[in-house]
Amino acid sequence: MSPAPHERPLPACASRWDNAPNLSDYTTTYVQFKWSQAQQMLLQGADTEAPYHLNIAHLIVDRHAAGPLREQLALRWLGPDGQTRDYSYAQLSALSNRFANVLQDLDLGPNPTVFSLTGRVPELYIAALGTLKAGGVFCPLYAAFGPEPIRTRMVAGKATVLLTTTALYRKKIAPIRASLPTLKAVLLVDAPDSPNADDTNYNLQHLLTAAAEHFVIPPTTTEQPALLHFTSGTTGQPKGAVHVHEAVVAHYMSARWVLDLRPGDVYWCTADPGWVTGTSYGIIAPLAVGATLICDAQEFHPERWYRILQEQRVTVWYTAPTAIRMLMSHGAQTAAQFDFSQLRLTASVGEPLNPDAVNWGRTTFGTPFHDTWWQTETGSIMIANFPALAIKPGAMGKPLPGIEVALVQRQEDGSVDILDTTEAQGELALRTGWPSMFRAYLNEPARYQQCFAHGWYLSGDLARRDADGYYWFVGRADDVIKSAGHLIGPFEVESTLLAHPAVAEAAVIGKPDAVAGELVLAFVTLKAGYAATDSLRRELLGFARKRLGPAVAPRSIEFSGPLPKTRSGKILRRLLKARELGLPEGDLSTLETSEPDSDNAPK
Amino acid sequence: MTESDIKTAVLESLRAIAPEADVETIEADVTFHDQFEIDSMDFVNFVSALGKALQRSIPEEDYYQLGTLNGCIRYLSQ
Repeated sequence: MSPAPHERPLPACASRWDNAPNLSDYTTTYVQFKWSQAQQMLLQGADTEAPYHLNIAHLIVDRHAAGPLREQLALRWLGPDGQTRDYSYAQLSALSNRFANVLQDLDLGPNPTVFSLTGRVPELYIAALGTLKAGGVFCPLYAAFGPEPIRTRMVAGKATVLLTTTALYRKKIAPIRASLPTLKAVLLVDAPDSPNADDTNYNLQHLLTAAAEHFVIPPTTTEQPALLHFTSGTTGQPKGAVHVHEAVVAHYMSARWVLDLRPGDVYWCTADPGWVTGTSYGIIAPLAVGATLICDAQEFHPERWYRILQEQRVTVWYTAPTAIRMLMSHGAQTAAQFDFSQLRLTASVGEPLNPDAVNWGRTTFGTPFHDTWWQTETGSIMIANFPALAIKPGAMGKPLPGIEVALVQRQEDGSVDILDTTEAQGELALRTGWPSMFRAYLNEPARYQQCFAHGWYLSGDLARRDADGYYWFVGRADDVIKSAGHLIGPFEVESTLLAHPAVAEAAVIGKPDAVAGELVLAFVTLKAGYAATDSLRRELLGFARKRLGPAVAPRSIEFSGPLPKTRSGKILRRLLKARELGLPEGDLSTLETSEPDSDNAPK
Repeated sequence: MTESDIKTAVLESLRAIAPEADVETIEADVTFHDQFEIDSMDFVNFVSALGKALQRSIPEEDYYQLGTLNGCIRYLSQ
């Protein structure tokens, strides 16, 4: 059967380029590549005698600031009122030195954990780099989180320092400050030019000005923790995935191969640094290559996005399916007014990009979107459509060189069977040992161990592989919700709803949505004495949004009778989902294709 | 449609999407996002609720003219 027109493979986008792509011969490179070669490439120009030469911040900023890219633009920030702030590699190096000195001067003890809760501001980048230089761990939080997700994560991560703004502090931190005993200092990006409010809230600008511009990075090993990113599972609280300094090797190679980044490229990653993409590919990977980052402070707006692509002469653009679909629905007329001829490569991550959207990219920007697949745990892109290969619209693509992928079936005894037939469908597994693999779930060694079997990392994502070796996303093996590219754990949402006095039971599912992939839908059973009214529904919605923030809270709430459960009392979210989708409840074969809950697997 | 009708419908649509927001304090030229944390998914739902309330069909290419109260008033009183 031949594919429908919109699913037909598209020619490799690099076939239209004047220069060869960074990865021109995928097949040979896949066979021959070793990660040790990547480290050697990355260390070019680094002072390999120095005991800190493997520090991420040294490799991605100081190394360039000491070489030919010294005066090149590293970061251009586009502010809310049309203002622009530019930072060269030399300036970014000096400012992050100052931030590292600020941390040292605050005398916080070794390896402080620095959380950030800000919008997209230059100080976020300076703090991330400065924290890495000081030997600390950087943990960015999304500013649209409510106080509850923030508290959970800061407690689990034992936050020592928080970078935030005055408004976010007042609204989201002040109410929970008493429950953050490890927090020693709050650095306010925009504190008014006055003495500090109290002993632990500091005016960051004052501290940066007072700090020395010279800083010597302490000795850094490849296995030293560098980044902490929280992600969600079906059960329990969010998991803190720990990444180490060695991860930069995979960030660097994947940026070269998949995004085809080169020194001097103008690169825009639209993901917020509060999510893993915005850190791995919004800060580290592009700086490692020596590109210029574009950072837009404002929210999504079609016309402004098109204007940024045109006016900043963006050459490589990494964005997400929800944004792409919102641009598509905005209509072709607006896009047609802009010139995108300088755009060499576009890529997408977050959830599978539908074939129509891949093709729309080609019509609108002259280059189809290259879909990529990875997770918080993998730290960098694992599977992708490459510029030198034909794109299969709708496919995840092929594994990166250095990444061995298998489709597996978990067995009762904890082992896995490898499924090696064409068109087989199973759980995506990755052979352990790539540089950006997560090294722990913070404080949860048992949960970490459950992700591995016989040398494979088990991703929890189901996929199939076609005859050409391309992988196709099938679904999640668990109940985690993916909305606008972000993972949302049902437990976190249900716990908050259960805190309301009217709620007896709550179950949360992802309701399919044409734009966001899924939207969070909550089913709620009321306690006796409460009536299922519209005003109570609104009250619950507001209750959840106030605590969880819009990024995590349900978008809609339905009142329900007793929720379906297993004999052991576990709520059957899949059955609720089947009902919501109008699937026959007696036939759940499409929903129960695998272990129902990867957090508890193997059973 | 008067300015006051539009304002009433805007506030009611905002309440439906974000009941926790104190919409009485609305500032007419500040975006809903900046005042009430209306994110992009909320915003699409807001415009659709507003269209229903006022029985106006609002084409998607016009959505982003409706990001503030004054934007809504300008657009909807045309």
